[in-house]
Amino acid sequence: MTSSYLLQQVLNGLVLGSVYALVAVGFSMIYGIVRLINFAHGDVLMVGAFTAFGILLVFGFPLWAAVLAVLTIGAILAMLIDLVAFRPQRNAPQVNGFITSLGVSILMQNLGILLLSGRPRPFNLPDWLRSNLEIAGARMTVLEVVTVVITLVVLAGLTLFVRGTRLGIGMRATAENPTAARLMGIRVNRAIATAFALGGALAGLAGLLYAGRAGQIHPLMGFVPGLKAFVAAVIGGVGSLVGAVLGGYLLGFAEVLFVGLMPPAYGSYRDAFVFGLLILILLIMPNGLMGRAAEERA
Amino acid sequence: MLVLEGLDVWRGPSQVLHQISLEVAKGEIVALLGANGAGKTSTLLTISGLLRPRGGRAILVEGGQEFDLSRLSADRIVAAGVAHCPEGRQVFGGLSVTENLRMGAFLRRDGEVAQDMEEMGRLFPILRERAGGLAGQLSGGEQMMVAIARALMSRPKLLLLDEPSLGLAPQMVDAVFDIIETIRERGTTVLLVEQNAGMALDIADRAYVLEQGKITLSGPAAELAEDRRLQEAYLGLAPAEASS
Repeated sequence: MTSSYLLQQVLNGLVLGSVYALVAVGFSMIYGIVRLINFAHGDVLMVGAFTAFGILLVFGFPLWAAVLAVLTIGAILAMLIDLVAFRPQRNAPQVNGFITSLGVSILMQNLGILLLSGRPRPFNLPDWLRSNLEIAGARMTVLEVVTVVITLVVLAGLTLFVRGTRLGIGMRATAENPTAARLMGIRVNRAIATAFALGGALAGLAGLLYAGRAGQIHPLMGFVPGLKAFVAAVIGGVGSLVGAVLGGYLLGFAEVLFVGLMPPAYGSYRDAFVFGLLILILLIMPNGLMGRAAEERA
Repeated sequence: MLVLEGLDVWRGPSQVLHQISLEVAKGEIVALLGANGAGKTSTLLTISGLLRPRGGRAILVEGGQEFDLSRLSADRIVAAGVAHCPEGRQVFGGLSVTENLRMGAFLRRDGEVAQDMEEMGRLFPILRERAGGLAGQLSGGEQMMVAIARALMSRPKLLLLDEPSLGLAPQMVDAVFDIIETIRERGTTVLLVEQNAGMALDIADRAYVLEQGKITLSGPAAELAEDRRLQEAYLGLAPAEASS
């Protein structure tokens, strides 16, 4: 195995991990503040991909407009889902929210099939994004470089927001103790809506990047990355944002290395490998890499 | 400053407050005494808008304005000048001490928040030492200081204190009660909920006694300290008709 081959795999892992991290962070943030396992999160990614498709390929707007659109649409959609589906049952047991999120997910997938047809559509980004760059013998497309850079910038921005701003600290306070947060004058529903908006924006962005990589889009495309983000968040310790990012990259690397190092015949077992890894990590570290002792038992 | 008139409050299927009426005048320390489950915490939660009364009124008079607390949202009540330091401290354990204090000032838009943080550091020297540390890693007494300082960061006119002595070492309890007197001297009115009736009556001007959701006694603290019925209530020797 040559060193450039290894570098290639590492870069591939970095790209895949970035997409997982973007989705997992939102997933974990929403879990952290409302203790909700939100399986509709992956479908926000799907809507982001279709939004990008419309903006870029149907209307022919430039890339920056598509990025702006997926962030906005993702944020609005996630807030809307919270408002309509989750807020009315805020004090219900955790499992109700979980089941509701499955329902929302199935609804969105079927609405997608109904309105957009279930047939996959080619999603071809502009040529300049698909051109290759050479890095020490390994190759990356411009899109892949953009994916990694955007992810790192967005995650750094998110960290600054959550650590340093009044609203960001207020979100963490709400996640920890909603009652005490209300006594501080924090509007809990607004803090929760903020978490959904941020998570949705990141999922929308991930939709653009994920679709650009896959080269096609369809209404069920959100399921697998949504599930992988869930795995990444659990590996990292659900509720921990740093953990979700770590989990996302770990998963991305593990998946790429598995496919890259095993004989090609085993390539189709990548998902089995991913979930096996999840089980293994949870056996050793039940709370995930960064998770605190389980307090989510309601 | 605060007037409660005939409050009826329910939690789920059971009525926890029956016709509660009490008053707190500006500059006073008023103690609300009673056994576990008598309705002390429910009274405070109704004042801060986390519980809604089915009947009666809760009025805050402040700065020439009248606020109907039973209609205002919790954040408006904080903005109107009420701070609630809850039972069991409830500091944000995963946030630093400084972040906890910032949350106390969540609604403030003035430029003097940093200055007030300094002031809290003077009032509670331990907070300055531990400013960057996680609040959850402090001792119980230190967390109590964080909780009180956090409440003061909203610059309240009325401070609701729920069992500040609970679970603290005796010398820590003394320190907390000293601080309550300091808070009053700084111009904040205090409504103090306590099980430790002796100490509360020592610093309070007036007191009310709650039993099973009803106010059964009230008066100047010095008089209540001598009252036989209060002593009976705390020894669990209340008359049979009250304990049904």
